[in-house]
Amino acid sequence: MNTLFDKIWDSHVVQVIPDGPTQLYIDRLYAHEVTSPQAFDTLRDKGIKAFRPNQIFAMPDHNTPSDQQEVINDPIGRKQVETLKRNCEEFGIRHFAMGTKDNGIIHVVGPEKGLSLPGMTIVCGDSHTSTHGAVGALAMGIGTSEVAEVLASQCILQSKPKSMRINIEGTLQKGVTAKDVALYIMAKLTTSGATGYAVEYAGSTIRNMSMEGRLTLSNLSIEMGSRAGIIAPDETTFAYLKGREYAPKGADWDKAVAYWKTLKSGDDAVFDKEVDIDAADIKPRITYGTNPGAGIAIDGTIPTFDGLDDAAKAQLESQLKYMQFQPGQKLEGLPVDYCFLGACTNGRIEDFRAFASIVKGKKKAANVVAWLVPGSWLVRQQIIDEGIDKILEEAGFELRLPSCSSCLAMNPDKVPAGKLSISTSNRNFVGRQGPGARTVLASPLVVAASAITGRITDPRTMM
Amino acid sequence: MKQKFNVIKSTCIPIAIDNCNTDLIIPARYLASTTRDPKFFGDAFMHDLRFDGAGNPVKDFVMNKPEFSEPPREGVHEIIVGGQNWGSGSSREHAAWAISGYGVRVVISSSFADIHRNNLLNCFVLPVVVSQQFQQELFDTIAKNPEAVVTVDVPNQTVTNETTGHSEHFDINGYKKHCLMNALDDIDYLLTVQDKTVEYENNRKH
Repeated sequence: MNTLFDKIWDSHVVQVIPDGPTQLYIDRLYAHEVTSPQAFDTLRDKGIKAFRPNQIFAMPDHNTPSDQQEVINDPIGRKQVETLKRNCEEFGIRHFAMGTKDNGIIHVVGPEKGLSLPGMTIVCGDSHTSTHGAVGALAMGIGTSEVAEVLASQCILQSKPKSMRINIEGTLQKGVTAKDVALYIMAKLTTSGATGYAVEYAGSTIRNMSMEGRLTLSNLSIEMGSRAGIIAPDETTFAYLKGREYAPKGADWDKAVAYWKTLKSGDDAVFDKEVDIDAADIKPRITYGTNPGAGIAIDGTIPTFDGLDDAAKAQLESQLKYMQFQPGQKLEGLPVDYCFLGACTNGRIEDFRAFASIVKGKKKAANVVAWLVPGSWLVRQQIIDEGIDKILEEAGFELRLPSCSSCLAMNPDKVPAGKLSISTSNRNFVGRQGPGARTVLASPLVVAASAITGRITDPRTMM
Repeated sequence: MKQKFNVIKSTCIPIAIDNCNTDLIIPARYLASTTRDPKFFGDAFMHDLRFDGAGNPVKDFVMNKPEFSEPPREGVHEIIVGGQNWGSGSSREHAAWAISGYGVRVVISSSFADIHRNNLLNCFVLPVVVSQQFQQELFDTIAKNPEAVVTVDVPNQTVTNETTGHSEHFDINGYKKHCLMNALDDIDYLLTVQDKTVEYENNRKH
């Protein structure tokens, strides 16, 4: 009751269907090439137009190559990207084309263009839509049928989830980032620990966290099953949004901020579940298994089978078999083949600053292939403006072009079977970075340190 | 596939994988297609567990075992019994298309990821949530007898393990039950209430 989530939800209720779901009004729909084509087909089948095309923004990101963007060589991926462009033209929807300054990963572009604003309801056919919750919006991933519903009616039908608040208090240790916080929470709650809930992140650690860090944290909410990860908007949020291309201007800005300041959980707010985290307990993290909840501190060891029931033992066994790891093994020091910096999780300017802070004046290890992929053309430009690209080049790295890249195997940046990748992306699922690829999830600092030594490395040794 | 739901009585395919994410249900490389062909997605269902790198069936994967390899038809393999947290991860509705395209009409598990659960419903595949105990008993029953029959009675909202006679009630809201039993889409409903949406837009404060 009286939570931030309740406030946004309640202000978007069109109607509650008796013995049914809520008809929820959607302020913003984002569409990418992968989960939208069949939705547009549905509208064509029914002979209807987009209901509120001005509230919809589309851009390709999953299929876009990161080495060049003149052409997509894979004919199926090319067709999907072209189909999005054609659909947007037909339905009158704003489209940020591949290779243009507006383009990038949807979850990076939305906030940085001021398209995602506090108090909004935001949906996209993509589970990492939870990212936009960091600006104080109710943002949820949906399926393609629901994309069609929003195109056709600007509404979806949803049952109200339960509420959970995760309170994180204290100062983060040196070398510990928002990514580590998220990986720590996931390991604690498990990969389904927040299923059925909408999560709000609160506490002094969050209040002191940068906007980029908050976006990383909210991004990963889905990895513990929560569809949403909301953070109350504050001065950090307003400073981040002010002056952004689509953010309100002048008197509209002042009016908006006055409203946004009301968007917080009341002192009397009641949550279905509360979780307390002490920031001091968190170390740099890595994962060892094939779900993001299977993680340990970087200097820790993989769990053993001791005390596990048969089902849990079988689970761990199959994960370790795929990863070619042993129970009780320490992963720090293990050679890696691929390093990936980017994705909607860690493809923002702060992530590149962090990476550069580690590799500055050093050299990339000869045994690793490194993909450094900005989340958008705006991020890429800022990297260049700040001279970070020079630091990266001098250390033997190459800055690539904005794309989802190696987060999922839908473009040329695939990790070959059996190779070990240390990655700032969000999923270490079987085959996620390519069939047979083995993924260890980590922060930009850990990936940077590992790219220099060629082994899984604690960044605190280099700071 | 839009089919009206009533009572489904069928043998099952047991896929006892916990946290079976949608990347496993359908790998990303099948997502680049713009088709709606059910067979395309049905063929990709659990692809990388069903087939090895050379495209040959993986013999010890449950769907390739002789007793479970027959494609679904009425009364046969229309039901999947899945591990807990079924359908976690990516929101790709392609996972629901794969399950539906393969011919499955019901997935039974002790828990589903939220987005996938909605996607299944929107694709006219019924997600049935049962207790962990009931789920485990189903796995045990099927292990002993692959021909074991399960009944899913949508009007009465019950699921019955016909071998043991044990039955559980499952939840589904009245609106969605009506939709499933009459093969109605959410989108068609939303188009009929557009006046309410416009009224909402006109009365907004922020």
